[in-house]
Amino acid sequence: MSDANDAVWPLYEVFVRARAGLEHKHVGSVHAVDARMALEHARDVYTRRQEGVSLWVVKSADITASDPAEADALFEPARDKIYRHPTFYAIPDEVKNL
Amino acid sequence: MSARLTFLLRLADTSLVLAQRLGEWVGHAPVLEEDLGLANLALDLLGQARLLLAYAGECEGRGRSEDDLAFGRDGAEYVNVALAEQPNGDFGMTIVRQVLLSAYQLEVYEALQHSSDARLAQIAAKAVKETRYHLRYAGGWLVRLGDGTAESHARVQAALDALWRFTAELFAGDAIDREMAEAGIAPPLEQLRAGWLRRIVPVLEQATLRRPADVPYRWHGRRGEHTEHLGYLLAELQYLYRAHPGAVW
Repeated sequence: MSDANDAVWPLYEVFVRARAGLEHKHVGSVHAVDARMALEHARDVYTRRQEGVSLWVVKSADITASDPAEADALFEPARDKIYRHPTFYAIPDEVKNL
Repeated sequence: MSARLTFLLRLADTSLVLAQRLGEWVGHAPVLEEDLGLANLALDLLGQARLLLAYAGECEGRGRSEDDLAFGRDGAEYVNVALAEQPNGDFGMTIVRQVLLSAYQLEVYEALQHSSDARLAQIAAKAVKETRYHLRYAGGWLVRLGDGTAESHARVQAALDALWRFTAELFAGDAIDREMAEAGIAPPLEQLRAGWLRRIVPVLEQATLRRPADVPYRWHGRRGEHTEHLGYLLAELQYLYRAHPGAVW
């Protein structure tokens, strides 16, 4: 269990679907040499307590992330556009589960 | 001792002893994820052993619990197959032992799902799902190591050569197995070998490993005749129970 393995075994991000119909949620990461092993490790590490019915793994290196330094430019402009939230509609009582 | 009781103990002890062996890896596996992976296998096997031992205790009818049977029997009363008690060796040795035994247990449990003994069929149905994963896990590693580097290949080939001679026992049925087969409780052991080979051989080929020659000599762990390794394993397994009889949390 040494950090030397980091150089050899790539990191995979793990996503678990808790129940049928729900979305896959990011839960953490595992080291593995290939996708099959990543699935097995994800199963052993993250679904030991019945947390899920489906797993996704994706190489961390394959994820393109936004740059925190650009957060202002990317996300600030949305702040003053509250009219985009659908909170101005009156919802009829008959509508459930919205 | 009834044939059914011995039969149940053979299944239970094989799972229990293998669980104990895999448990020895906890804290020592090559990486954290494998530590958890091997422990998961061990816990599945321990669960199987508990169900089988509890049932065996009821069949025996002397009021012995699963704990009494696990911790109170000596080596000569243990009837696991000798392959299960073989030492972990290196990671490759552990993986080879697991592939050979998981494929065997899968054959056994798949057949036992149709047992005339409803309780046993129920236990087998649960174990089949667990064992399928064990074979998937260990098989994946065997291919990775066998078809890996020159060193990993040499190590798993050596492990396979060392352990193959214990596989003859797996399919050597005796009077107890015949009685179980006649009662529709269990399949004739000899018939399971073809299915076992169908599971093993493609994995060996994919792993670029050479299948060792069969040897006629049979170990007889299932009769209580063990290799010298079981005694040490049981000493560790049973120490607490025997040093402090009746101790509770």
